[in-house]
Amino acid sequence: MSRFERLVLPAAALLLAGGTYAATPTRDYHLGRPAEAAEIAGWDIDVRPDGAGLPPGQGSVAQGEKVFEAHCATCHGSFGDSNEYMALTGGIGSLKTNAPVRTVGSKLNFATTLFDYINRAMPFSQSKSLTPDEVYAAAAYVLNLNDIVPAGFVADRDTLPKVKMPNRDGFFLFPGLMHVRGKPDTHNTACMHDCETAVTVTGQLPPGFVSTLYGDISAEFRGLYTMNERRPAAAASAATTTAAAEPSPHELAERNNCTVCHGIDKAIVGPAYRDVAARYRGDAGAAARLERKVREGGAGNWGSIPMPPQSGPTDAELARLIGWVLAGAPDK
Amino acid sequence: MDRGDAKRGRLVLAPEDLLQPGGSSRRRLLGGLLGGGAALLAGRDAAAATAGVDPAHLPPNVPPWSRSLGKPVGSDPYGQPSPYEGNVIRRLSPGLTTTKHSSVAFAPLQNLFGIITPNGLHFERDHNGRPDVNPYEHRLMIHGMVRQPKIYTMEDLLRFPAVSRIHFVECGANTAMEWGNPAVPTVQYTHGMLSCAEWTGVPLSTLLEDVGFDTKGARYILAEGADGASLTRTIPIEFALDDVLVAYGQNGEMLRPEQGYPVRLLVPGVQGISSVKWLRRLKVGDEPWNSREESLQYSDQMPDGMSRQYTWIQEAKSVITSPSGGQQLLDRGGYYEITGLAWSGRGRIRRVDVSTDGGRNWRTARLQEPILPKCLTRFRIDWNWDGGPALLQSRCIDETGFVQPKMRQLREVRGTRSVYHNNAIQTWRLNPDGTVDNVQV
Repeated sequence: MSRFERLVLPAAALLLAGGTYAATPTRDYHLGRPAEAAEIAGWDIDVRPDGAGLPPGQGSVAQGEKVFEAHCATCHGSFGDSNEYMALTGGIGSLKTNAPVRTVGSKLNFATTLFDYINRAMPFSQSKSLTPDEVYAAAAYVLNLNDIVPAGFVADRDTLPKVKMPNRDGFFLFPGLMHVRGKPDTHNTACMHDCETAVTVTGQLPPGFVSTLYGDISAEFRGLYTMNERRPAAAASAATTTAAAEPSPHELAERNNCTVCHGIDKAIVGPAYRDVAARYRGDAGAAARLERKVREGGAGNWGSIPMPPQSGPTDAELARLIGWVLAGAPDK
Repeated sequence: MDRGDAKRGRLVLAPEDLLQPGGSSRRRLLGGLLGGGAALLAGRDAAAATAGVDPAHLPPNVPPWSRSLGKPVGSDPYGQPSPYEGNVIRRLSPGLTTTKHSSVAFAPLQNLFGIITPNGLHFERDHNGRPDVNPYEHRLMIHGMVRQPKIYTMEDLLRFPAVSRIHFVECGANTAMEWGNPAVPTVQYTHGMLSCAEWTGVPLSTLLEDVGFDTKGARYILAEGADGASLTRTIPIEFALDDVLVAYGQNGEMLRPEQGYPVRLLVPGVQGISSVKWLRRLKVGDEPWNSREESLQYSDQMPDGMSRQYTWIQEAKSVITSPSGGQQLLDRGGYYEITGLAWSGRGRIRRVDVSTDGGRNWRTARLQEPILPKCLTRFRIDWNWDGGPALLQSRCIDETGFVQPKMRQLREVRGTRSVYHNNAIQTWRLNPDGTVDNVQV
């Protein structure tokens, strides 16, 4: 860029945009490069409550039902009411009660945020894979499931900002926690002596809670320092595991996001691995069938929610995974 | 081992037979657990052998590591902790989240010294799994209300004039499980969504100046991650122009992937989620964005069902890390140092007081240098335990004069469903058998 251009171009941009821009930097580092309009367009996905940022396109409730069944129901349930992941429906009016249920319907204040979030972060394992039309449709469907819009609703950049969410007015600003010098809402004093007349323990963990949920809690402390000198059983083995080893089948399952829906011994959205092993015990053809099922998707043999097709693991990895699942998903 | 012979302050065997003199079954158990033998014991203690400590390694004998050639220099090009530290790790809290891809691993505060969190132990909170970002293909875009929208490579960012500062990062939901009742056993789970590091990077103000931001109209910055969630948060311009960093360094090395490699935002003193990891985009604007992570989530529900929004500041808070929940003090009575951490999103810690009687009486602890703004401060105080029950608390005061609240004071204002911003005084109950557990008073 010539000296002339450097002097003139910023001034021209300033006139065009009409803003008050920072004075010429104290130093021009000549670092970075101008972002082209097309580059910005590809990444500029944020949507504000006033609708700024909503793309062209549209989607109806009916179209949304199809999108939802294909991409969303796996985790959220066909009616958006599955509690395994964030429930999308229900709870409207519950926030003021003793049993608040926080959902899109009950808590979210702007439908534009629903679009923004689906568009950037959903589906969970394949984010940004939906077209704007599909995102509009999915948003319309979720709003309809919550009885916020009628069945004939079509979401687009004009209609979505106008949707009045039930909790639109459920938020307020508390400046005390918005500024470094904000005024706090608690007012303890630095009393030093005889500060309490009686001290009563009002809450503690239930008996057996820690050992049941955490096992031997002393294993989580350094013996040398914490007056718990006993070296935990986990100590040596955890530290000497070699990092370069081939991933275990369990690690493969995590890397390929299988564990998002399948627990080892607990069903999440799909069945637990150990339940799968139990069903197919002694079935010689099970491995081949399950490998195909992972690749092509399931038919909902374990419930109403079908398994979507998976392309993640290599064939060799898939064979190891299925072998491990059918062996009862052993820990070691 | 005869408890009567125990010297004060010495480490003695844990823990079962404090109530069962003799403890032969315990010794069998410990012998199995200790295996290779790492514990330090007084050499003349005959019980040591049964506890897995080999007397042949103790004075006057010479252990094998003093009689042999060790590993060659450089055999661990990237060093690892001693195998005997293998249990000092981040942990997930059982049952807290549905999937490990949107979850949190807590820092083991009970095992850490000083104020710096080692990089491998910094707490990890991801919303859509942890991406492996290629730094050569990573770009930071800054646009919106600017004179010249720009794209920076990592090389660009590393060439800007940089600063290094030590700051804590605390998740807004740290201690969230304790609003109603004690719910978790150790300080790792009560307070472990907290870490502290020396962060190196470019002041955000430098980059905003470089793109020529609209000084009159700009009121907020949107920060967006490059992960699958492309997580977004609204940052007020007053923070952006003050001490926010676009950070690539963490304790002297590049950020760990868990912390946003190759570049993250670092917003000191503010809810950790604002320090957006894998930072790919900054947009200058004039209205807040009301993203999911500042409306549906990360807003604080009050007793009337209304929610406070954009509550960025992490208020003053402290916790005793030793003795703390899950530990056991094996010498009944005697000298113990009480130590812990204090921090404030509003600046420096001015004072920390410690109570051993549930808040009736307090003594002022020593603050260890350095005492830095929006940074962890280590406090210590001497204590002679009389062997009786005790309720241990710490209470900090920051440079604004704000005094850390009691749990009931917080509840009086915010109820029990606000999830975020629980900065209440923590109580650890020390029982006469030396066990410590998490209680509320």
